[in-house]
Amino acid sequence: MAKLELKNLNKTFSGKVIPVKDISLSVEDSEFLTLLGPSGCGKSTTLRMIAGLEEVTRGKIFLGNEDITYKGAGLRNMAMVFQSYALYPHMTVQENLASGLKLKKVPRTEIITRVAEVAELLGLEELLGRKPGQLSGGQRQRVAVGRALVRKAEAYLLDEPLSNLDALLRERVRADIKQIFSAQKAPVVYVTHDQTEAMTLSSKVAVLNNGYVQQLAPPADIYNHPANLFVAGFVGSPQMNLLTLPCKGNSVILGDFAITLPKFSNLPPQIVLGIRPEHVRVALPEDTQTVKGHVYLVENLGMYKLVSVHVANSQTESLTIRALLPPEQNWHDEEITLALPSQNIHWFDVESGNLLVKK
Amino acid sequence: MQNNSLKKIFLWFAIIFVVIFSLAPALWQLLTSFKVNEDISKFPTIYFPTRITLSHYIELFTRRPFWRYILNSAFVSILSTAFALGIGAPAAYALARLRPKGQNIVLAGVLVVTLFPGILLFLGLLEIVQFLRLGNNYLALIIPYTAINLPLTILVLRSFFEQLPKDLEDSARVDGYNTWQMLTQIILPMTLPALVTTGILTFIFAWNEFIFALTFITREDMKTIPVAAAQLSGASTFEIPYGPIAAATVLGTLPLVLLVLLFQRKIVQGLTAGAVKG
Repeated sequence: MAKLELKNLNKTFSGKVIPVKDISLSVEDSEFLTLLGPSGCGKSTTLRMIAGLEEVTRGKIFLGNEDITYKGAGLRNMAMVFQSYALYPHMTVQENLASGLKLKKVPRTEIITRVAEVAELLGLEELLGRKPGQLSGGQRQRVAVGRALVRKAEAYLLDEPLSNLDALLRERVRADIKQIFSAQKAPVVYVTHDQTEAMTLSSKVAVLNNGYVQQLAPPADIYNHPANLFVAGFVGSPQMNLLTLPCKGNSVILGDFAITLPKFSNLPPQIVLGIRPEHVRVALPEDTQTVKGHVYLVENLGMYKLVSVHVANSQTESLTIRALLPPEQNWHDEEITLALPSQNIHWFDVESGNLLVKK
Repeated sequence: MQNNSLKKIFLWFAIIFVVIFSLAPALWQLLTSFKVNEDISKFPTIYFPTRITLSHYIELFTRRPFWRYILNSAFVSILSTAFALGIGAPAAYALARLRPKGQNIVLAGVLVVTLFPGILLFLGLLEIVQFLRLGNNYLALIIPYTAINLPLTILVLRSFFEQLPKDLEDSARVDGYNTWQMLTQIILPMTLPALVTTGILTFIFAWNEFIFALTFITREDMKTIPVAAAQLSGASTFEIPYGPIAAATVLGTLPLVLLVLLFQRKIVQGLTAGAVKG
């Protein structure tokens, strides 16, 4: 149907408050783009600009080659699901679903069939006569999604639609949302601060921070090849181990141990080593790149144990590496030897935070 | 257990006392309006009449155009209420949502205006009414009634609009509502309880107002109930027509009581209609 495109979008509230500095993105039909970032990173403001709820200070928004930057929210033919669901409390579910269509002067018979279709898809048939006040949280959420779907919009915008649900329900609804929206032939933009949602739902993730896109890539790439320190630290739970270490020759000094560096064009005096806890394992005899350390904290996560280790160090500063180990894994006393497989280590520049590319 | 029932008894005493204390004057008027003239002035006082008569009511409608007074009052009150809500609701909405520059000054101004006792405005208003030749015109009452009630309407509605979730309006805008449709179809229905409350206050004020109505309107067929009731006179200057006055009071109060009872249900309905979050 239509491609959604943002070009150098900027939103300035005042000299000091600039939630969105420069964001360029494009979302194709049936693509599911997630804007992921911590609170205050500009993701909601970006979404609101796409919806037309917030004026654009600079930049352009295109929907299917049409410049909609200054078009009113109601004329954009986009549908949005809000975090608070924003159902009209004085209308029944049926009226809530039909309200947008009525305003667009869709013929009555078509409204009825489309509402019935959506109600069937979402299992809302029984609830059509009720008012939002008589619905549970999950039901309200479905009505909110239904109100967007019934519009057959050219783009769907979802603003943290799952954050008001309890954990169990959230998982189920997440799966539903994935199914429902992958069947829609339209771009979907989803805002969340929850990386699990971003990872599971999206075909593309834009990690935002500080008003800029930090990385725009499919979820697997975001996880496996974080473009910079921020993405590396934000995506993945438990968080990636990030250690700022001095370089010496062609290796870095990690406590009493040396880790071989890949070949870089010019070697900085310091470098950030990043490795995910799930990639750190207990060393086997054939491992070459290992560090010894002292276990000081074990957190049992059920499937795994999250083990925090002080790396043996003759210097005073303490270096901590966290490893996600299978629960049956044992070690002697509190001493442990960990292997850091070099293919799983990410190297970042200390100054810029960017990933250092291997030559 | 003992303690509990004692508490209950006290509670009931308190309730009965408050009810009698606040309703007795009204009840006295009601009873007086049904008493024959003899019983009204009899000593010792007759509290509960044995002879009941409707003659005072009949007198009101036969010797005076009382229907006319009721219609006048209703007309003036309904229009004042409508204007107060019609002007106040958009103003309150603008103050709550559009956040215009200098809104604090506007709010402070609105608040200060409510502090003036109405009587201070009286002479000024009289001058204006004379200047505009509005004497004996319903507008001479409708405009001041609306104006006097606007500050309260604006303040109450503004705080109500402010607690309405912003998402609802955003959602309406994405759905394609324009500002006017949003106000009339989404926001006002949800604001109904506040509208009814402020509307009733304005209505009661306009219905009961006396001084402006007495001064600005002198034509007999344009008088409102409070003025008409006050100007009831007996056969001679020395006779005070207690019966007709009581009857007029009852007739003047009845519509208000009915109105409040009717809308009270609406208020409760509005409040329980279902919030946005659970």
